[in-house]
Amino acid sequence: MIPTCKEVSELLSQGQDRPLSPVEKIRLQLHLLLCRGCRSFSRQLGFLRAAVRRYRDEG
Amino acid sequence: MPTRDSHGGADPAAIEGERGYLLRYARLQLRNPAQAEDAVQETLLAAIEGAARFSGKSALRTWLTGILKHKIIDQLRRAAREQALAGDDDDGAEADAVDALFARDGHWREFPAAWGNPDAALENSRFWSAFEQCTRRLPARTARVFMMREVMEMSTDEICKALDITATNCWVMLHRARLTLRECLELQWFGKTQP
Repeated sequence: MIPTCKEVSELLSQGQDRPLSPVEKIRLQLHLLLCRGCRSFSRQLGFLRAAVRRYRDEG
Repeated sequence: MPTRDSHGGADPAAIEGERGYLLRYARLQLRNPAQAEDAVQETLLAAIEGAARFSGKSALRTWLTGILKHKIIDQLRRAAREQALAGDDDDGAEADAVDALFARDGHWREFPAAWGNPDAALENSRFWSAFEQCTRRLPARTARVFMMREVMEMSTDEICKALDITATNCWVMLHRARLTLRECLELQWFGKTQP
């Protein structure tokens, strides 16, 4: 039931591109609760998005 | 600088003033400087010709970016067709590189490190050269999809239509791009002690 880090990284990435289903969200949360590495990855995805836009807009 | 005169429409000097921004935008997406230059040139010409159609309801930059997007997507469609004919660029090697980040049981081989306060990096010009290098290292096809999503802010649907790929394919490429970029930034920047 609890997904692996690889699956979680896929879900987190897709979460930036499409709405996740309630089941997917629960599976994610269960894993994130237990996994510091994936929590870091999750924050870093947000950073990547912000960084690309900043680079685009301000050079 | 006023962006519209009393008759409505966009002012040519103001349009020309956005060239730098448009060029950076196009280069991120197209990589090839000559192609980027062409797309921007076409955009500026189209804008000056169609200046009267600029309603002033949106910002001039937004209007110009909208025109540029169309020019870029035309180029990307052409490139995608040519690449489809030429065959995939090294898809297998890229999949292997991503697989190598995870152990057989699906755990990270090396956990992503905590980056502390990464926003501080945004103020550091050396961070941006590392960032630029890392984006350039992405394989062409992956980079194209990633930039369509993040620079042009297209939806997965729009990207799939423009490049004639499936949504799954699109998500796989976006996932790879993000993993690769993250890994590169950690190696090139966040994993190093900053002087």
